[in-house]
Amino acid sequence: MTVEAGVAHRFGPYGGQYVPETLMPALGELEAAWVAVGEDPGFQAELALLLRDYAGRPTPLYLAERLSEAAGREVWLKREDLMHTGSHKLNNALGQALLGRRMGKERIIAETGAGQHGVATATACALLGLECVVYMGEEDTRRQRPNVERMRLLGAEVRPVTVGARTLKEAVSEAIRDWVANVADTHYVIGSAVGPAPYPAMVRDLQRVIGDEARAQLLERAGALPDRVIACVGGGSNSIGTFTAFVGDPGVRLIGVEGAGEGLDGGRHGAPLTAGGRAGILHGSLSAVMQDDEGQITDAHSISAGLDYPGSGPEHAWLRDSGRAVYCAVHDDDAVAAFRRVTVLEGIVPALETAHALHHALAPDPGSSTRDLVCLSGRGDKDLAEVLARDA
Amino acid sequence: MRETAADAGPAAGEEPAQAAGRRAGAASGAGHERIAAAFAAAPGRAALMPYLMAGFPTREGARAIGRAYAEQGADLVELGLPFSDPLADGPVIHEAGTRALANGTTVADALALCEELAARMPVVVMGYLNLVLARGAEAFAATLVEAGASGLIVPDLPLEESDEVLGACDAAGLALVGLVAPTSSPERLRAIVQRARGFVYAVSVVGITGERTALAAHVGPLLERVKGCSPVPVALGFGISTPEQATAAAAAGAEGVIVASRLMREAGQAEDPGAAVGALVAGFRAALR
Repeated sequence: MTVEAGVAHRFGPYGGQYVPETLMPALGELEAAWVAVGEDPGFQAELALLLRDYAGRPTPLYLAERLSEAAGREVWLKREDLMHTGSHKLNNALGQALLGRRMGKERIIAETGAGQHGVATATACALLGLECVVYMGEEDTRRQRPNVERMRLLGAEVRPVTVGARTLKEAVSEAIRDWVANVADTHYVIGSAVGPAPYPAMVRDLQRVIGDEARAQLLERAGALPDRVIACVGGGSNSIGTFTAFVGDPGVRLIGVEGAGEGLDGGRHGAPLTAGGRAGILHGSLSAVMQDDEGQITDAHSISAGLDYPGSGPEHAWLRDSGRAVYCAVHDDDAVAAFRRVTVLEGIVPALETAHALHHALAPDPGSSTRDLVCLSGRGDKDLAEVLARDA
Repeated sequence: MRETAADAGPAAGEEPAQAAGRRAGAASGAGHERIAAAFAAAPGRAALMPYLMAGFPTREGARAIGRAYAEQGADLVELGLPFSDPLADGPVIHEAGTRALANGTTVADALALCEELAARMPVVVMGYLNLVLARGAEAFAATLVEAGASGLIVPDLPLEESDEVLGACDAAGLALVGLVAPTSSPERLRAIVQRARGFVYAVSVVGITGERTALAAHVGPLLERVKGCSPVPVALGFGISTPEQATAAAAAGAEGVIVASRLMREAGQAEDPGAAVGALVAGFRAALR
């Protein structure tokens, strides 16, 4: 794993640290600790060992033949769904929980949307013997009931958030408020590449293992790089983790797929990068956000709890503006169709979040890609009730 | 109808020379001066600065609360702009903002209220950064000054990110208030205080806004650290919910006392918000005499 010397605060104009003064010293402490463990072979060895023996890395790269046939090109799936806890989230949660313990923090807090990051954090805390509190929007506790039960089994306290739209945005806000009040003994394990610096860069560095592995695996198996790298984007952690290894490969197109919800026109979506518009401040950084003319953050909507977020990681906003990556959005209905299709074609039940990326991979490509790499960011068992209820 | 800040409130006309002499600040500007004068002219041991959320519980209710503040002897008023995602606020202020937005309150409504309040006392607007950036820092500051505001508090704008907004506020004559917290290191605290205009807002708790049972032990030393290097007065806020705590804050060295959640809780429950909240403010006023 590569950790930069020093941590980026800005990605082009985006990023920064827009938080109450109370937290500023903690962000400084966190950044210093993160830089220190980057140069500490002991920490890196412990994390690498856990990622291998406990979490199951490296994850396989799978050439999905029936999916390839349907798409008319090679589709390679990076199987993060096979990680322990069923998604890529554990890469980040393990690293940050280890970091929190090293900083002497006895209490870990996290937010969760789909529940995958909450489960990953609760798992890491169980492993390391740390107290764990997870904030989750009440609406999401309903949509993702199995993950709530898993977190509680793992010994975490799940606190439903009952303000606003009761989804991921409110859960992040509540976690930040908790952190402001308990900053001395608490580390906030943010689940995506969002938030104030150093979080976006730190989460990217913990997730870039996805793309680093996939790039090496593909070169070995196919003897070539992909034409396209496709990943879903909520806050943007699996996507930035997949993209980073390929940013320096000019021939590789990077495509982030957001949740179009019921459509971009009506505002009922979760696609701030695709929709464009004025940048704004949400959860401590400047990035693409959904907001009205006054600057009020508007409620996102997506069938997938993990994409139901009006903000985005600041590095994605910069990848978009600089032209290095492109972003598009897939409707709820199309994601559900892809969820079903991939399940039948490959015997893999993808997370609804991932199904957005899979829909895009299955759609015609005007750029004539012959080889796609798709980050299969998580498994979809948690989504069965939501999908079945929709069909009923 | 509109009065300018310079000739409006009684505080502005009283003992300006004394105010300037007491605290010879590096900053200047009409907003800064009016705030300094209000602190200097405060009748008791500390200036009283109650908070009110624009549009809460209703637009008319907020107006009544503002009038009650002025009548009950508030020295300044903190006017909150409702925001969808108020990270520094606890449940009471968050709920007040949510209700204000739900009843359609806009920044323009808040500015109209600001103008009304500014005729009677200096107004310090509290707004989250995204509201500032939506209009652009320069336009936002100019609009606030036009509405008679004297100062601006941006709770999610730390020192490192504040250049643009501070420049815009200075150019417009609006005092950008600096916030310090119990967690601020001595070096940070000094840097914040040196850039503070109007007054320094000392956050009394490690946490978000909301009522607390007692003043934390670190408040005295925190106030002392600020006063040791500050060219402007220091006001204490977050968690002050009883007259006894206000008295204790003044005794600990606070030159101003900010009360928010206790008042907004009352405003959300009372049938006659103006009367109910006014009675509470009278209690705080008496405690600070």
